[in-house]
Amino acid sequence: MTTELPTDITSAAIHMDKPSSSWLPPGLALQKVDERIMTLNVGPQHPGSGHMRLIVQIDGDYIVACDPDPGYVHRGEEKMAEYRNYITNVPHLERPVIHDSCNVLYPYVLGVEELLGIEVPERAQYVRVIAAELNRCIYIMYWLAIYGIFLGHSTMFMWPAGDRELLIDLMEKMTGARVTHAHFIPGGVRNDLPPNFEGVCLRQVNYFEKRIKEYAAVFYDNPILISRTQDTGVLSRQDAIRLGTTGSVLRASGVDFDLRKKEPYDVYDELDIHTNVMTAGDAYARSKIPWLDMMESCKIIRQALQKMPKSGSVRVKLKPNPKGKGLDTVYKRVESGRGSLGYYIVSNGKPEPYRLKMSVPSFRNLIALPYLLKGEKLGNMPSVYWSLNYWPVEADR
Amino acid sequence: MSVIAPNFKLSGFIQSLLDNIFWILLLVVLVGVPAIFMILFVIPLPVIDGELLTPFLAFSALVNPTRLLPIIHAFLTTDIFRVMAFPGFGFAALLAASVIFVERKMMAKIQLRVGPFYCGKVEGILQLMGDGLKLISKEIIIPAKADKPIFWAAPVLFVATAAAFVALIPVAPGWVVADIDLGLLGVFAVIGFFPIITILSAWSANSKYPFIGGIRALFQMVSFEIPLILSLLGVVMLTGTLNLSEISASQSSFPWIIFLPIGAIVFFITMLAELERIPFDLPEAESEIVAGWLTELSGMMYGLVQLGSYLKLYAFAALFVVLFLGGWNGPMIVPAFPEQIITEGIEMGPIVLTIDGLGPLLHETITQEMLNGTLWFVLKTAGVIFFIILPRGVFPRVRVDLLLNLGWTKLIGLCFINIFIALGLLYAGVLGPGGLQ
Repeated sequence: MTTELPTDITSAAIHMDKPSSSWLPPGLALQKVDERIMTLNVGPQHPGSGHMRLIVQIDGDYIVACDPDPGYVHRGEEKMAEYRNYITNVPHLERPVIHDSCNVLYPYVLGVEELLGIEVPERAQYVRVIAAELNRCIYIMYWLAIYGIFLGHSTMFMWPAGDRELLIDLMEKMTGARVTHAHFIPGGVRNDLPPNFEGVCLRQVNYFEKRIKEYAAVFYDNPILISRTQDTGVLSRQDAIRLGTTGSVLRASGVDFDLRKKEPYDVYDELDIHTNVMTAGDAYARSKIPWLDMMESCKIIRQALQKMPKSGSVRVKLKPNPKGKGLDTVYKRVESGRGSLGYYIVSNGKPEPYRLKMSVPSFRNLIALPYLLKGEKLGNMPSVYWSLNYWPVEADR
Repeated sequence: MSVIAPNFKLSGFIQSLLDNIFWILLLVVLVGVPAIFMILFVIPLPVIDGELLTPFLAFSALVNPTRLLPIIHAFLTTDIFRVMAFPGFGFAALLAASVIFVERKMMAKIQLRVGPFYCGKVEGILQLMGDGLKLISKEIIIPAKADKPIFWAAPVLFVATAAAFVALIPVAPGWVVADIDLGLLGVFAVIGFFPIITILSAWSANSKYPFIGGIRALFQMVSFEIPLILSLLGVVMLTGTLNLSEISASQSSFPWIIFLPIGAIVFFITMLAELERIPFDLPEAESEIVAGWLTELSGMMYGLVQLGSYLKLYAFAALFVVLFLGGWNGPMIVPAFPEQIITEGIEMGPIVLTIDGLGPLLHETITQEMLNGTLWFVLKTAGVIFFIILPRGVFPRVRVDLLLNLGWTKLIGLCFINIFIALGLLYAGVLGPGGLQ
């Protein structure tokens, strides 16, 4: 498969191919009818789409063009953030990805701390790292479950969905909530760890790691899976960089890029992190990298539990309604379960942010989809689509 | 007393009794007598104590229930019983229903969950009944642009074709609905109908996803029919007959899977493809084409297709048993019926109970061989069905090109190897005339 990159990224969408004076939303624009081409609206009510629509044009079994049409779950998170102060923004900013709620809050919290000029206690930084890594695993398990059912592997749907509970129980012990934790706040974390958490955490994480290694036998080493996903949707190293993909998609294409290592935040620079990189760039590599990342997360959690100060404060006392210092901007990004997730926050000295912009990895990875699906078979659509580590709600914000 | 019957009146009580008697008599006269007449009209009338059983005499069964035995015996030998109940539809539907239950529980065990649990108190055994009730009570929605007569007919045709397949399967010696000399050719003919019905249903829905699913089903079934037929040629060569009962009987000493393992494996794989089961469930690939050719079917139309596909599953598993695993043959494990009950009756203290019609019933219809054959047949079929279900927990779905590649190159090649093995065995004199057996 060849990926021909147009010079202008917006011309990738098929409705833009023919310039027309009256622009219509995607799918509604009149198109020249070709007898051989059939247009399929995959989504938003389709078991293989998620909260979005893929306008797929097929010629027989081959995909001629694919136009992703996100935006069905847009909630205006960025605008909402302008009407709430820095603390009350915390619970709603984690809504785009509730399965990865610690990581989606992480850059916001880091940015606000820089704006307010707060130093976070060391124990709180370690607690954040543990929570973020646990949450990454929870997210990847959910993603993996959907990847399994997209390929028709129902066991791979049930196993991760069940094993996820191990870590969800841990997060419930730590934060009090199963998925929407709202645990990270500017100045540290909301609560200290419960007593005896370290022992329970170590036990659950060890069992979890043993369990996910069993997935290789049923899923990753499965000959049918390999024959289906290998050499499909190949994203070369150059294309991956030029399209701006991030996270597991970028690492599967052979780019050694992990923000935990390249731009360490909190105490990640004190931990020994190995970045998983595969060079194939196909759907198989993209599906395997998150699984390897989970094992890496387990190692990071064990290190953090060992190095964490056994006692101390986990939270800096903030003034009520904290304000930024005059006109100030900050950009912070972290490595979330899907890739680099950043917040650009503009403060004008008031208790609310003047402007808040989320740069989400899902949307950046989605841009690669039309190039990857062009010329592929229809049967490859679910595997390529979901291997991009895309979360529709996050892309819409 | 006043609590139990606050307004008890003797006259009212007697009146209600009379009312009940009136209605019972009315029903017996209007429904019971015609029903007995109709049954006796259809079945050949048995002779009891040298006297032809007339409908009027049949009422004497109310006094002496053992007189029902000749009627039962006569009914068991009719064609209606064979088609509706035992080797035919009822038996197959019962097995198919239990297959659905076992499949759900088995998948649940593989996937570390409990499966159906609440419906029916005991491990969700009545879940299927609940699902059936739900499907019956649902509205049937037909797409506005559908070709309605064909769209309506397709699910019914599907079940009918699956039932026709079931009719060709011999379950026990002599117990087969249609014992025809060209039974295997009949099987091929019936299998050839399924893609036609599928594409009829898919095309008449006039919708995109069913259309793609139907085309995929057509690809898959047509291209796997060739290895299916070729893989069975080895058995036909060795037995020299197309009659399924004779093929089954020819394996009394050893099943053909010992000599033709490649044919058995190829047949098993093609069977999975013909049944549209994982890993070959492309026509119903959920994440690509919603539910494939079943997308527009709703309510009981969907239920009928599901019933048909599970009947088909049973029929294919049974065909595998008949052709490769020896059919009903197996060690005699059913104990013989004690003969002195037939000849002398049962002694219960001072009374001796003799049952008149028991002898012919046990010697001609429900014989020891029949029970034993059915038992072995059901056991072997259950084993094959277990292996048909198992890939669903282990494999993902394959892709169309990989599937067609498998069917047209690898499986057909293996089929020819199988045929050469059969020919070699035949010419070397190991099997066939003068060989083993």
